[in-house]
Amino acid sequence: MTDGADGDLLIAEDVRKEFGGLIAVNDLDFTIPQRSIVSLIGPNGAGKTTFFNMLTGLYKATSGRIVFDGTDVTRKPPHAITALGVGRTFQNIRLFPQMTALENVLVGMHARLKGGILGSVLGTPRVRREEREAERKAIELLRFAGLGRVEDELAESLAYGDQRRLEVARALATEPKLLLLDEPTAGMNPQETVVFMEFVSKLREERPIAILLIEHDMKVVMGVSQRVTVLDYGEKIAEGTPNEIQKDERVIEAYLGKAATR
Amino acid sequence: MATRGHRARASLRDYRKQLVRSTGLSRVGAAWNELPQPVRTYVPALALITLAVTYPYYVDSLPTNVPLILTFPDMHSAVTILVFTTMAVGLNVVVGYCGLLDLGYVAFYAIGAYTSGWLASGQFQQVKFHLGSVGISHEARGIHISIWLILLIAACITAIGGILIGLPTLRLRGDYLAIVTLGFGEIIPQFFRNGDNLHGFDLTHGTFGINPIDSPGFGTTLHNAIGLPVSYQQEFDAANLFFWTILGLLLLTIFCCIRLRDSRLGRAWIAIREDETAAGAMGIPLMRTKTWAYAIGAFFGGMAGAFIASFNSVATPSQFNFNISVFLLCMVVLGGMGSIWGVVVAGVILSWLNVEGLANIGTWLNNNVFPSGHHIEVAKYQFGIYGIVIVLMMLFRPIGLIPERRRKRELEEGVHDESMYDATHS
Repeated sequence: MTDGADGDLLIAEDVRKEFGGLIAVNDLDFTIPQRSIVSLIGPNGAGKTTFFNMLTGLYKATSGRIVFDGTDVTRKPPHAITALGVGRTFQNIRLFPQMTALENVLVGMHARLKGGILGSVLGTPRVRREEREAERKAIELLRFAGLGRVEDELAESLAYGDQRRLEVARALATEPKLLLLDEPTAGMNPQETVVFMEFVSKLREERPIAILLIEHDMKVVMGVSQRVTVLDYGEKIAEGTPNEIQKDERVIEAYLGKAATR
Repeated sequence: MATRGHRARASLRDYRKQLVRSTGLSRVGAAWNELPQPVRTYVPALALITLAVTYPYYVDSLPTNVPLILTFPDMHSAVTILVFTTMAVGLNVVVGYCGLLDLGYVAFYAIGAYTSGWLASGQFQQVKFHLGSVGISHEARGIHISIWLILLIAACITAIGGILIGLPTLRLRGDYLAIVTLGFGEIIPQFFRNGDNLHGFDLTHGTFGINPIDSPGFGTTLHNAIGLPVSYQQEFDAANLFFWTILGLLLLTIFCCIRLRDSRLGRAWIAIREDETAAGAMGIPLMRTKTWAYAIGAFFGGMAGAFIASFNSVATPSQFNFNISVFLLCMVVLGGMGSIWGVVVAGVILSWLNVEGLANIGTWLNNNVFPSGHHIEVAKYQFGIYGIVIVLMMLFRPIGLIPERRRKRELEEGVHDESMYDATHS
């Protein structure tokens, strides 16, 4: 199943992205072990989201190679990568605003369902059963995310924290092996952040998935991450356990400067 | 403070509720809302369908000098109205569900009509092929396939045409897609106009078009067995038969569209309309899903085109101009993008205005409002009038006549904490 003996779910080698003359990600090596929580941190504009978008196929890498679960996904379109088992959320919430919470989750299941055109028009028993089953699973997921009450509300009318959680529920509906969370606590107050990070921990305890977390707020990731990678100007400047990172001089200089002196 | 404000608002709501309850109409509305959901869905639909199916029987007894609209549409107009409505419902899949701005839908209409022309007329004198043809001599030359089959064949060919047009164009987004579809909408009728001499081969008969096109029917066997008409054109009430047929096709189209909307594919379309990037990231293959929307929209456009060619017994290039694409788009926008019933209502109203409504209104205004000597031919201003209607709609009710109602079980299951007034006017 996995590529290599070390059981890494995702391996990125020398991944590079240039926008015109700007090098957003500079020959980055990065791995995500099975069933781990790793974090990618760095100041704004460090190339975190660009890297993220390459992992999910939204951007094509200028050079380098990305292997997910034994498959080269460097040139694959987003939907194919999702089908292989990469689920994601977005930095700025991108739900389907005019769809209900339940429908949002059902859309996430798209790649796992089979119902075709003829079957849907004729309403064959197989398609009906599949739809019923999907709806049941979706409701289960919403309950898991603490959104059981709001399944029939339009996504746009949900509270901010609920929207964030719905994005995670929708990403989980794609049945990912790797869940990518792009600044999931952005815009949350400290209390909401704590609640959300507890939810993320619970997630990994209950499901056999790996999680990659992008954050620029360091405090958020220190508690949950097994490994932290620090990016600055598209380059990896440090990697290690949260403790090591907090002591690393280059990190303190580039990124934690103010926090360290506090 | 907050509680006091809340209480004040609540008492205002109660007052309003009482006010609304005291009128008779609201009591009817409240009783209606008490009925179970299936009843509320099917009763109006069945009533409407019954009204439509029996239209040929009571159209002659309807009043003829009605203020403003003068007369109700006769059967011939009614057929045309329903054909356009069917196309609008088909276009709704592309524009309303999937959010792809298609300005060349008329191309599909034209392909459908010409397919009908090729496969059910004497256009190709070189060959003689009959398959279930009715009402014509078995010695007649040309290809004569049963119209029932052609409706399906034309729909499929048009759907394939939709896929061919879609594959290179659907990579574009927004305005660019609109411009390219506009181009295809112009190219295809032009091709039919100039296709009378393709290296000496007459494919489309140029500006004259193809005629006569065969009429649908059930043949002598079924006629003798259960009394179905042999061929529509030979019947005394041909227009009625065509009317029931297109009504059936419209209902079929509506049925398919509703089923598709509530399916996995329909969710994917709406997701693409809402946020294409997120839809891709959720595992929806964008190109394939958009192409399906295009193909299914084309399918119904082609079917309607094949039908009207058989009804008019002619397919000419002048029938298929850009106006029709815009006109159909107006129906979708006016009805409420994505709302099937809205599109049906807007389709019927707009096509009626187009077919005879504006002329009737003009006549009535000239006879009753404008002084003689200052008569205005209202029909001449039709596109100006549609333009004004669209602008007014966008200003005051941009969601359309009957907006797409996203499922909201909470409201329907009777959480009637809010007043009736709020529930019906929100």
